[in-house]
Amino acid sequence: MAVSTRQIFRAAIYLLFSLIGVAGIYFWLQYDFIAAVQIVVYVGGITVLIIFSIFLTQQVGELLPIQKVTNKLLAAGAAFFSFALIMVQLYKHSFAKTTAQPVSPAIDNIGSVLLSTEAGGYALPFELVSILLLAALVGCIVIAMRPANLSTTQPDN
Amino acid sequence: MSTPGLYHLLFVSTALFFIGMYGFFTRRNLVTMLMSIELLLNSVNINFIAFNKYLWPNRLDGLFFTIFIIAIAAAEAAVAIAIIINLYRTRQSIDVQATETLKH
Repeated sequence: MAVSTRQIFRAAIYLLFSLIGVAGIYFWLQYDFIAAVQIVVYVGGITVLIIFSIFLTQQVGELLPIQKVTNKLLAAGAAFFSFALIMVQLYKHSFAKTTAQPVSPAIDNIGSVLLSTEAGGYALPFELVSILLLAALVGCIVIAMRPANLSTTQPDN
Repeated sequence: MSTPGLYHLLFVSTALFFIGMYGFFTRRNLVTMLMSIELLLNSVNINFIAFNKYLWPNRLDGLFFTIFIIAIAAAEAAVAIAIIINLYRTRQSIDVQATETLKH
């Protein structure tokens, strides 16, 4: 429904519930940290950001235009046939059973591996993601900033 | 087939992926296309977590990939929404058909 409703605000709310469902899957798999991150980042961050941008860019109550039926049919057909193809491949394939001793996905394990610089550690990607987030922050501010000369010539538009 | 296992999780994530793909194909509004991209990234995350849980339980690699994907998705959503709002200022519309200045 998040992809088919014509009211954009309802689409955002349906997306919210889909993301909460994904977080529920993580909880059920006992990956509590990932579930918490999912709720905080997606449900608390991205959905609120999307709802804000909807408020900034849409008139209230405006419906999205109806798409052409051929477009919808083609997209649905492509999605369905790809889905069927992947399902057929998946059920033909059998994954190797693992016998390894499971490691607990607790927060202390996550932290020690995330910051370890030995083999299998994730310190370098961690720092790269930090730099990427900083760059995204600066980039957002630069993009969303109104140019100075434009704001002086046309104060409100 | 009685207890949910890896195949069921893969089924859910595949379904979520193609729902997102359908939305990406049919929507013409940039915000809703962004929402479809979030669905795609979430299905990939489910896949990583499921494989990590069932096939690779002695390491936490899938979990870290999921964390990094979530971080990058947050950055991507923020940048995309900044671009969309800027576009709305200049075009008064966030339809993809309106963003054809660079064509020709």
